[in-house]
Amino acid sequence: MELQTLIYLVVGATFLVYIAIAILTRATSTGEFYVAGKGIHPFANGMATAADWMSAASFISMAGLIAFIGYDASAYLMGWTGGYVLLALLLAPYLRKFGKFTVPEFIGDRFYSRTARIVAVICLIIASVTYVIGQMKGVGVAFSRFLEVDFEMGVLIGMCIVFVYAVLGGMKGITYTQIAQYVILIFAYTVPAVFISMQLTGVALPQLGLGAELQTTSGETVYLLDKLDATLADLGFAQFTEHKGSTINLFLLTLSLMIGTAGLPHVIIRFFTVPNVKAARSSAGWALVFIAILYTTAPAVGGMSMFNLLKTMQPVQTEQNTSISSTSTSQLPPAALDYEQRPDWFKTWEATGLLAVDDKNNDGQIQYYNENNPEMQAKAQIYGWAGNELVKVDRDIMVLANPEIAKLPNWVIALVAAGGIAAALSTAAGLLLAISSAISHDLLKGTFMPNITEKAELNAGRLAMIGAIVVAGYLGMNPPGFAAQVVALAFGLAASSIFPALMMGIFSRRVNKQGAIVGMLAGLLSTLIYIFCFKGFFFIPGTEIFADNADEWLLGISPEAFGAVGAFINFTLAFVISYLGRAPEADIQQMIEGIRTPD
Amino acid sequence: MAANNHSLSAAYWRANLKILAICLFFWFAVSFGCGILLFDFLNQWQIGGYKLGFWFAQQGSIYCFVALIFIYAYCMNKLDDKYSLKNKREAQ
Repeated sequence: MELQTLIYLVVGATFLVYIAIAILTRATSTGEFYVAGKGIHPFANGMATAADWMSAASFISMAGLIAFIGYDASAYLMGWTGGYVLLALLLAPYLRKFGKFTVPEFIGDRFYSRTARIVAVICLIIASVTYVIGQMKGVGVAFSRFLEVDFEMGVLIGMCIVFVYAVLGGMKGITYTQIAQYVILIFAYTVPAVFISMQLTGVALPQLGLGAELQTTSGETVYLLDKLDATLADLGFAQFTEHKGSTINLFLLTLSLMIGTAGLPHVIIRFFTVPNVKAARSSAGWALVFIAILYTTAPAVGGMSMFNLLKTMQPVQTEQNTSISSTSTSQLPPAALDYEQRPDWFKTWEATGLLAVDDKNNDGQIQYYNENNPEMQAKAQIYGWAGNELVKVDRDIMVLANPEIAKLPNWVIALVAAGGIAAALSTAAGLLLAISSAISHDLLKGTFMPNITEKAELNAGRLAMIGAIVVAGYLGMNPPGFAAQVVALAFGLAASSIFPALMMGIFSRRVNKQGAIVGMLAGLLSTLIYIFCFKGFFFIPGTEIFADNADEWLLGISPEAFGAVGAFINFTLAFVISYLGRAPEADIQQMIEGIRTPD
Repeated sequence: MAANNHSLSAAYWRANLKILAICLFFWFAVSFGCGILLFDFLNQWQIGGYKLGFWFAQQGSIYCFVALIFIYAYCMNKLDDKYSLKNKREAQ
């Protein structure tokens, strides 16, 4: 069947599933709308959490990042999984015991303060809105690339689909759709990975394939990773498995991503949907199982697709065990990709503009090497190269072009399209629910209109959801300059403001209202200001105070990694101020006792 | 009875913190320890084609995280059972 028709069929079928679920799972009470009636099985909630968590960035961009920065991308792998250990051990069971609807509600009750609750709402909304813009963009990109519709049209279709199941079903509808979306996205991710691993190493499991020996025609035995490292080094690039940045930055980035993950409200509220404390604990384990399937496959996809790219660019070198260093004495340049002989997938992605070549020395070959490496510059002079000729390789290609590189059937390509859209939609829906429940439950019911009826609150929740979808869609179509900085901002804020407040609320009897509020604000502002100093105030280009590079960073800490420092400031200030003031009253002490004791 | 309950829940909380501390130690050791701080040192050994430090950073730490959460859940469930049994026995 024609590829385009197939993609329409597969993506269309997944949409029908989402809409069918929406009709079957209408929410009829606020309990169902906010927390799915607290009746979700921990295994099912684990699956839904995995889809909620894994965004367009996890699905499309992470493997590409690993392909190009190798070991240094470990911060994302460990950070975005290790956060679940913190969530499972430090937050989820206790917040489930608390047993209400939203994250700001806990902060407001525990610190007996409406101000604390509103500060938490502000942190939540900034973190979630920046995050949701990226998802809407992801939906648009997936649509425009696979379905050949306009970017705006893609965002609009995505908005309509989310609208149907999120507005009707609330958390209940979102949960069951996320389960379906998880199944789709995990198949779409692992099937091409298994095939590629089989082709390169003969080992079906990508997790083992990356550590296996290459299958070569010459019968030589060499490990894939060793060959990859050697080939990269020959082209003047840093090796895949070597550490390139600074250790302190890698350490803090990993820590910031971990505590940011544990502090993201749209993930935390998923654990409000299970029946009891015991279920909250095991559910976090299941969530991580489902996440780990993708996260342990990602390094294999990254490494193997990089290997395939190099093999395309340097057909001779990767086939035989010769390297530039051994042939350079003969002064003969190693053969590069003959442009006329380029494979079909290369042509396909050239047409999208994500891959671009420029035959600078007009020799009909495309030389790919690190032109900033002095040693390579010297060699290039001898060989008559005029610079790196693979002038653009978009990192996202590493996942998107995988099925074509592995020469997989068309239905796999269609599946990848549906998987990318599922990943973006599932995360968007979770974020939209976190935003709308903060508005209808924390601001409206909790602050401005405490006497509102349940029915009116449910309608307000639906209206807030519609508003959030429209705003997210608009920002997705007209992304402000900072859309690309989402990671730094969302994780930095969650790490520095929300996570410490929740943790102190559970583990300290002494931290009081003043300590919590000052702590949250200090964490939020210090992180914001540090990010703004390097990325521009409100990300407006030209307003940055320092250049965003390792020499200018304070102690070599990148803005992305500052969340952990912000959290430290938050903890310190909160404790100092609390110990100077009065301990919380007896009723708060009793509440803390309550959340610490499971039923 | 109230004082008894109070000391029971204090004992439960202490046992809880102990389990937490042990789990968090391993959480730190497999990721920040093996994956980052001891990266170069561990790379002198290999698991198949993986250098050991690299394997911890991109594979091993994640497997350990999964195991840790289930071990924690198991220990906490046992702890809950122990204390709720005690509670019931004393109530009789």
